[in-house]
Amino acid sequence: MMSRFRNLVGALVLGAAAALSPAPAKAAGAAIAFPDYRFTFDGLFGTFDRGQLQRGFQVYKEVCAACHAMRQLSYRNLLEIGLTEAQVRNIAAQFEVTDGPNDQGEMFQRPARLSDRFRSPFANEQAARAANNGAYPPDLSVMVKARKDGADYVRALLIGYQDPPAGFALMDGMNYNAYFPGHQIAMPNVLNPGQVEFADGTEATVETMARDVTAFLAWAAEPELEQRRAMGVRIILFLIVLGGLTYAVKRKIWADVKH
Amino acid sequence: MAIGLHQSDFKNPVVRWIDSRLPVFTMMQKEYGTFPTPRNFNYFWNFGALAMVNLLIMIATGVFLSMHYTAHTAYAFDSVERIMRDVNYGWLLRYVHMNGASMFFIVVYIHIWRGLWYGSYKAPREILWILGVVIFLLMMATAFMGYVLPWGQMSFWGATVITNLFSAIPVFGESIVVWLWGGFSVDNPTLNRFFSLHYLLPFVIVGVVFLHVAALHITGSNNPLGIDPKGPQDTLPFHPYYTIKDSVGLIVYFAFFAFLVFFIPNYLGHPDNYIPANPLVTPAHIVPEWYFLPFYAVLRAVPDKLGGVVLMFGSIAILFILPWLDTSPVRSMRFRPVAKWFLVLWGINFCVLTWVGAKPAEGVYVTIARFATAYYFAYFLVILPLLGRLERPLALPESIAKPVLRGGGPLLAGAAAKPMEKA
Ligand code: HEC
Ligand code: HEM
Repeated sequence: MMSRFRNLVGALVLGAAAALSPAPAKAAGAAIAFPDYRFTFDGLFGTFDRGQLQRGFQVYKEVCAACHAMRQLSYRNLLEIGLTEAQVRNIAAQFEVTDGPNDQGEMFQRPARLSDRFRSPFANEQAARAANNGAYPPDLSVMVKARKDGADYVRALLIGYQDPPAGFALMDGMNYNAYFPGHQIAMPNVLNPGQVEFADGTEATVETMARDVTAFLAWAAEPELEQRRAMGVRIILFLIVLGGLTYAVKRKIWADVKH
Repeated sequence: MAIGLHQSDFKNPVVRWIDSRLPVFTMMQKEYGTFPTPRNFNYFWNFGALAMVNLLIMIATGVFLSMHYTAHTAYAFDSVERIMRDVNYGWLLRYVHMNGASMFFIVVYIHIWRGLWYGSYKAPREILWILGVVIFLLMMATAFMGYVLPWGQMSFWGATVITNLFSAIPVFGESIVVWLWGGFSVDNPTLNRFFSLHYLLPFVIVGVVFLHVAALHITGSNNPLGIDPKGPQDTLPFHPYYTIKDSVGLIVYFAFFAFLVFFIPNYLGHPDNYIPANPLVTPAHIVPEWYFLPFYAVLRAVPDKLGGVVLMFGSIAILFILPWLDTSPVRSMRFRPVAKWFLVLWGINFCVLTWVGAKPAEGVYVTIARFATAYYFAYFLVILPLLGRLERPLALPESIAKPVLRGGGPLLAGAAAKPMEKA
């Protein structure tokens, strides 16, 4: 029944939406096709895999956080991916953040708390560029929403580092990536087999690290996704029942009017 | 009207006390209770009520968003993300508002299409129609400025492209643009005034909607046959017949809306708007929201900037004079065997403009946009005026009740003669 309902509503809405919207994003240049990976949160009813999110966070913390900020997230948000409060307090305490001014009027450093935002690796954009050959590693908080088919794209990007094809003119300090628009990316290949050690014994291949960190970024971009979908199912079911009743009342009221 | 207390028919003493001093209950009863409404509406007649509900939803969600939104270039983007993450049900508020704008345009486009198909713009409903076009313009201004508020890349570059259009105005163009921006580029002053106006205009829309409905209640509604009701056998009291029929439509509308909000909230948006605005990086393709695409296509179909701007505004302005361009006395396309097909083609053409508006302005797309633009205008300026003279309409039914009652049956018991007793 669920899937029939999904097909019906889905077909209806997507049909109308497709007719109305020519999917403006498709307009962007000669888009490079990237593999369509089946994440647990794909589709209309998908959910996150907490273990995967935790592994993904670990990859972010140990690899990506060296260059990329995630300034929309606070340490307390990590409670939502299934870490205990003690674990999250421990994680936060590993980072020094600036607080103040104190009663001497001076800023001071202290270990981060649950309420602090993720510490950014660089003080400002200029510092980030200076450390990265002039390129700016963008904030990753909403990266998955900021690219078309964001999760598939980010995962593809992370596994897309290759030797450039013969004759490809790679600029100095750039890296060849099969999926980055234009194929020249300032970000080096940062994932190597065994780079991190997952507590749950999952083997840290480039594939799994790329997949898991992407899932973490997808959660970070849409932390409300599961609540949203669950609420949507209930509301639409309610509307279907209410709609049926309303239609029955309408039929009754109009029964004496001939058309 | 004579001075003195209103003679109220209400029995409840409190209602009666108020009603005799301020007859709002009598007014509601007259305008939405017993209001004689053609008995043959189809579901196209739901969309006015839906637009009204949609406007209220936009205002309700907008007021709450404004409590948490910060209109400053340095904070706007993050404040919207705060709303999504830290405000209780903030993601719901924002997604309802964001998709509500799309729903509003879907509803209003269907509402306008209904008017075109059944000739609702013709005498005596010209002012009613013109007020509708005014609402449409105000909606476009409101939505355009709203889209700037989250201060993403498309917000910024969309605002830059659209405000720059005014520079095409001869002599004063450049000064007007600087005046609009409050500076020499789209910047903090622009964001601030857009927020102020974005808050204001919906209430102006409420005012114009009031006039729109007031005008409707003078002329009465049109109907699928496009002929005037000839007497009580042709109408039904608005309540309960159309209150319940509108309720059915409303629930379908809510289900569609809910599907967008809860399952594909960003489908109609552009991913670039999740990149914070950056005046130094131009996106590869600047595309407006889908509901502006047909007009964007017209704009870009013309090689000359001023010409493009004039045609774009002209494509909406032409609707103001439509009641006088269409010279046929027959309203409903049901009885216009030729015009009907030209209007169907116009509808398809409108979709083509929407589609081509999202494509880069190059090569074959420009050619398509030009033909589509030409037909858009030709329909109004050439085809309708000519068909009024050349086309031979089908015979109109004698009355609304006639075709449905087959041979003028007896008056309806209950329905028309005696409105259903209200509880
Ligand atoms: C050594 C620094 C560094 C590390 C570590 C790093 N990145 Fe990057 N990243 C960059 C730079 C620099 C850019 C900008 C690339 C450009 O614009 O050419 C970038 C860009 C990106 C982009 C945006 C690509 C686009 O479409 O614009 C994503 C997504 C990304 N990085 C993800 C990651 C993830 C996930 C990790 C961790 C697995 C990571 N990065 C680790 C430096 C880094
Ligand atoms: C005619 C009715 C309205 C329309 C068509 C409309 C349209 C829009 C649009 C398209 C956006 C951008 C959404 C996004 O991409 O994030 C927006 C944002 C916003 N609107 Fe409205 N709006 C309307 C009424 C209102 C009203 C009445 C208010 C205030 C009382 C309001 C307050 C806001 C605020 C604060 C934002 C920024 C937050 C955000 O971007 O989500 N809106 N509006």
